[in-house]
Amino acid sequence: MAWVNQDKCAIVGIGSTDYYVRGKSWPRTINDMAAEAIMNACADAGISHKQIDGFSYYSTAGAGYLDKFDTASLMETLGMPHISWSATLTSGGGGCPGAIGLATAGLMNEDCTYTVTLMALQQLPQHRLGVVFGAAAPNPENSFLQPSGLVGPGHLMSVLARRHMHLYGTTQDAFGEVVMATRANTHNRPKAVRKEPLTKEQYDASVMLADPLRRLDFCLETDGAVAVITTTMDRARDCRHKPAVVHAAAHGGQREWGRAFAWMGMPDPYFASSGHKFTADRIWAQSGLTAKDIDVALIYDHFSPMVLMQLEDYGFCEKGEGNDYVLSGKLRYDPVTGKGVNGGVPVNTHGGNLNEAYIIGMTHIVEGVEQVRGTAINQVKDAEFALVSGGPASLPVSSLILRKD
Amino acid sequence: MTYGPARALPGDQIRITTNPDTEPFWQAAKEGRLTACQCGDCGHFRMPPTAICPECGSRAKNWPTLPGTATIFSYAICNKNPKNGEDYVYVPVVVDLDGAPGTRLNANVSGCDAEDVHIGMKVRVDWTPIQDGWVLPNFKKA
Repeated sequence: MAWVNQDKCAIVGIGSTDYYVRGKSWPRTINDMAAEAIMNACADAGISHKQIDGFSYYSTAGAGYLDKFDTASLMETLGMPHISWSATLTSGGGGCPGAIGLATAGLMNEDCTYTVTLMALQQLPQHRLGVVFGAAAPNPENSFLQPSGLVGPGHLMSVLARRHMHLYGTTQDAFGEVVMATRANTHNRPKAVRKEPLTKEQYDASVMLADPLRRLDFCLETDGAVAVITTTMDRARDCRHKPAVVHAAAHGGQREWGRAFAWMGMPDPYFASSGHKFTADRIWAQSGLTAKDIDVALIYDHFSPMVLMQLEDYGFCEKGEGNDYVLSGKLRYDPVTGKGVNGGVPVNTHGGNLNEAYIIGMTHIVEGVEQVRGTAINQVKDAEFALVSGGPASLPVSSLILRKD
Repeated sequence: MTYGPARALPGDQIRITTNPDTEPFWQAAKEGRLTACQCGDCGHFRMPPTAICPECGSRAKNWPTLPGTATIFSYAICNKNPKNGEDYVYVPVVVDLDGAPGTRLNANVSGCDAEDVHIGMKVRVDWTPIQDGWVLPNFKKA
């Protein structure tokens, strides 16, 4: 059954700071970067930041891994007169596109009129995600994981990738193709961190960090901030750009995935998956669409194998066939035709977390908005529907379908 | 790739914490007993130990002594000690515990070269003393 809030709200503003290599944003502060992103998003929408009256966060309102957003501090920083909605999805980057569903909830409940979703990230040496898990004294739950030396997210996801290789014959070549196919989309993007084309020889020479995963299978570590503004359709039509219509948005997941790689108890076939199947089924039910209807897929790519597994969970290919799907070039964007390759749906036309910048999923939303506006740098011809997914991680995970107005 | 012998991470670098739900597991480990949390009413196993049986809602728990054998479900091969960045080959494994269907532990495996570790490999518990007098279940090739 179609979602009751289908096509009733839209993203109308997108804004960001520059993207910095990890740690290089200092001496800027988190709130400085967050405020710049919010003001840029409001300018893009054609509204004043003082009209913002809602905050729809994800990642438990985290800013990076150790900092926290605080609505009152942001109001004080930006001089916002009042707010009437301040809410967050729990867990981490899995909730990123789901925060737009949260925004829709606030707007449809008439709690707020313009709500901002944002992430700011500043990885000073003590805040580096790769060492956050390992540095913390393990809590009683994590005492069943951390002593094994699985301390960084790359360690954790390498174990899932290994199981996928075992069950389905998936190869490291496919992981490499995810990286190369999306790297090919950054050469013309001024803000991208990695712009040089990547060869298979270079990929194969990349150092093995957590066998079967190489350094290049790991996403970038970036500083910066991104904000997007969501409002109701009637207000959206008065904004500067064509609305990016919120066609469907869902977050959640099923018990078999649970705490995922913070637990490792997932039974087959969930273990070697992205944990998105439940949410994928919801978003297809909400929208009446299937993967075949999607024109561009912005798939959260913290680690290359998790792109392959999400493509399976969302039905771009069958479970277990991700290796062949990826290796047949179906993730690639053809700049000549503005379409996919070999019948595939272009993935991460912005280069993603692996190549452009890593702002915990927000760049994927921005690219989805630009694609359905028709203003993307690597524009997919006649793009009507963009799928945006959140990071495979502890529940909730989430996704979003944006529609051209 | 060739890695050479897989070693458990040094126990003197490892800490754990416990709570009333998990402590019986670690107390058993101190006695050299590998256990898992079992519902005292319906018999369902769960790990890590939690307050309530997710199947039947009971708070009753058993801590049976398991055979101490397990099967590797998945693994990674790592080559840097996470505490100090020094070269150190270790193999984090996710194992299915014999005698407690559906439960897993995350540990290190030793007793073979890292490149010989494989899914389906049989392993046996191998106790590693860690900080604060606790003992950690790792595994050796059976």
